[in-house]
Amino acid sequence: MRIRTMLLASAAFLVTGAAQATDLEVTHWWTSGGEAAAVAEFAKAFDATGNKWIDGAIAGSGGTARPIMISRITGGDPMGATQFNHGRQAEELVEAGLMQDLTEVAERENWAEVVHPKSLLDSCTFEGRIYCVPVNIHSWQWIWLSHKAYADAGVAVPTNWDEFVAAAPKLREAGKIPLAMGNQSWQSNGAFGVMLVALGGIDLWTKVNVDKDAEAAGGPEMAKVFQAAAQAREFSEGSNVQDWNQATNLVITGQAGAQIMGDWAQGEFQVAGQTAGEDYSCLPGLGVHEIISTGGDAFYFPKLDDAEKTAAQLELASVMLSKETQVAFNLKKGSLPVRGDVDLQAANDCMKKGLEILASGAILPDGNQVLSPDTLGQIDDLMVEFWKDTSITAEDAQARYAAIIADAD
Amino acid sequence: MDKAQRPNQLLRNLSAKIAAIPMILTASVVFAGGTVWTVVYSFTDSKLLPRERWVGFDQYERLWSTNRWLISIENLMIYGALSLIFSLVIGFVLAALLDQKIRFEDTFRTIFLYPFALSFIVTGLVWQWILNPEFGIQSIVRGLGWDSFTFDPLFNADIVIYGILIAGLWQGTGLIMVLMLAGLRGIDEDIWKAARVDGIPVWKTYGFIIIPMMRPVFITTLVLIAAGIVKLYDLVVAQTSGGPGIASEVPAKYVYDAMFTKQNLAQGFAGSTMMLLSVLIVLIPWAYLEFGGKKRV
Repeated sequence: MRIRTMLLASAAFLVTGAAQATDLEVTHWWTSGGEAAAVAEFAKAFDATGNKWIDGAIAGSGGTARPIMISRITGGDPMGATQFNHGRQAEELVEAGLMQDLTEVAERENWAEVVHPKSLLDSCTFEGRIYCVPVNIHSWQWIWLSHKAYADAGVAVPTNWDEFVAAAPKLREAGKIPLAMGNQSWQSNGAFGVMLVALGGIDLWTKVNVDKDAEAAGGPEMAKVFQAAAQAREFSEGSNVQDWNQATNLVITGQAGAQIMGDWAQGEFQVAGQTAGEDYSCLPGLGVHEIISTGGDAFYFPKLDDAEKTAAQLELASVMLSKETQVAFNLKKGSLPVRGDVDLQAANDCMKKGLEILASGAILPDGNQVLSPDTLGQIDDLMVEFWKDTSITAEDAQARYAAIIADAD
Repeated sequence: MDKAQRPNQLLRNLSAKIAAIPMILTASVVFAGGTVWTVVYSFTDSKLLPRERWVGFDQYERLWSTNRWLISIENLMIYGALSLIFSLVIGFVLAALLDQKIRFEDTFRTIFLYPFALSFIVTGLVWQWILNPEFGIQSIVRGLGWDSFTFDPLFNADIVIYGILIAGLWQGTGLIMVLMLAGLRGIDEDIWKAARVDGIPVWKTYGFIIIPMMRPVFITTLVLIAAGIVKLYDLVVAQTSGGPGIASEVPAKYVYDAMFTKQNLAQGFAGSTMMLLSVLIVLIPWAYLEFGGKKRV
C-alpha cells in the first residue's frame, strides 16, 4: 500500500517536472456562460505560446472578487495576472510597487499607437510607466427596449428618453413595469450616471466627475437630472429583482418596457435568441446624446520573484493585446476591442452602433477612471437609497450628492 | 537548611503555564494587539493600504454623518432588542414545554435544534425564498383564495429588518432551547415536590424559584445571543444584501464594505472601533456587577 502511494507520488512528480511550460495563474470574475467562453479564448492564445493558463475564476461579481484579489496581492500570495476594471481600483497597489512594469513590452509593440481610445492606456499609466493591459471596452450608456411590451401596450417603441417618459403611463395601464431595475446599488448608480450624461450633457458630466465641481453638482442643470431620476424611480416601482440579469429578463419576456444597463446586457438577449431591431432595440445615450463611456476590463501583473514567470507575464500581456485575440475575445464577450485597427465583421447591430460612436470619438471616461472607489461607494449608497425610498426628494438627494462631490478625492 | 522554604510562585504548575503560553501570546498579540492597531489606524486616512497620515477624528465625523451608518445602528438596535427578548422567551417556553415528559421528546428536540446546524448563508437563502412574494408564503396564501394577502417583508423598507429577525430566530432559538432544557433538568426534582406541597402555582414556581436558580444558564445564553447580534452580517448578505435600498444594512456590513469595496480602511476601522466601544459599554458594567460584587459572598 505504502509502496504504491510512493510510486504514485514519484510518478506525479516526474510528470510535473517534465512539463517545461511556465504555469501562470490568472484570476478574474468572468463566470457567466458568455464570459467563460471569452476567457477561454485568452487561455487558448496563451497556451499556444507554450505556457500554461491556470484559470482562477472567482464567482460572484467584481465586488466579491476584488477583495480576494487584493488581499492575495497584499498578503504576499500574488497570482500571475489579475483582472480589474479600468481605472483607479488598483491605483494604490501600483503606487506601493506591487505591480509589474510593462513599459518595455508596451514600447516594443507600440501600444501608445494601437490602443484606442487613448484614455484607456492613460488609466494604466503611473508616473510615465505602464502597469496594465486594457482588454475590452464596456459602455454603460444604453437603454434596452422590449418590442413585445410596447406592442402589448399599443404604443410605438420609443426612440429617445422623452418618448419613453410619454409612453410610460400606457405601459402601466397594460400592467407592465416601464423601467426594470435591479436592487443592487451599482445598478442604481450606473443608471443615474447614464441619465447624467444623456440628459445633462458631457460638459456637466466633466465638471462634476472630473473637476469635482460641487457647485455644478448642486446647480440647476443637475437638478433637472435629479428630477428625471425621480421620475425614473416611479417607473421602476414594482421590479422586485436583485441581479441585473433578472431585470434584463423582465425586458426579454416583455414584463418590463425597458432597462438602463451597460452593453453586457446584450449577451442575455443573444442567449434568449432575440434579434436586435426585431425583438429589442438599443439606444446609446438614451437616444439623446449619443456618447459612450469607455470603461471595461484591464489585466494587471503582480510582481513575482521567479524570472521565468515574469517572462511569461510579459508574454501574456502581449498576447492579450494582439489583433487575433482581441477579435476572438471581444466577439464572445460582446464588448468592443481596445484596438482601433481590428475589424469586427461578425458584430451585431447594437455592437456596430457602439463601434461607430467609438470611431466618431464621442466618448468619455468611465466613472471608475475618474472617481476613487471610496467616492463611488458613497454615491452608490446614496443612489440605492434614493431609488428605493420615495420619501427622499430630488432636492435632498442632490444636496447630499453635492456634498459627496465636494469631499471627493 | 529550611526545607519548608516557600515554593517559587513562578514555578508552581510550571507545565500548565508552559502549555498556556501559545494561547496567552495569541490573545495578547492577535486579539489585543490587533485591536489596538485597528483603533490607532482609525485616526489616519488609510485607503487601500494602511499609512500613517493622521487626520484626527475626521473618520468618526464622517461615520456619524453617514446616513447608511445611522440606519445600520438603528437596525442593529431593533434586531438586537427583539432577538434578545424573543430568543430567551421562545427558547425558555419551548424548553419548559419539552420538560413536561412528553412523548417523542427526542424527535422534537432534533427538529428544533436542526436549523442551528445550517450556516447563516443557507438560512438566509432559505428564508429569502420563503419570504419572496412570488413563490413564498404570499403566493401560497393567495393560491388558497385570499387574493389580496400581502406579506413581502424583504421588499418593504419599513419592515425588512423583521424579515431578517424571523430567519435569525428560526436559526438561533433551537440552541437556546437546548441550553435551557439542560438547565431545567439540572433542577432537583425535590424542589418541584416542595413547591407543590406548599401549594405554589406552577407559573409562580417557574418565575420565582426555577428561573432564579437557572441564572448561570441565562448568563451563558445571554452571552451567546449578544455575540450573535453584534456579528450579524452573513444573514443580511444572503437575504437582502442590505436592501431594499439601504434599509437592512448592519454595522458589520458597513465595515466590510468600507474596507474592501470602497478601499477605505480607516473608515472601516472607525466603524469597527465604534462596534467595539458599544460592546464594551454593555460588557464593563456587567462584568463589574458580576465579578466586582463577589467579595461580599
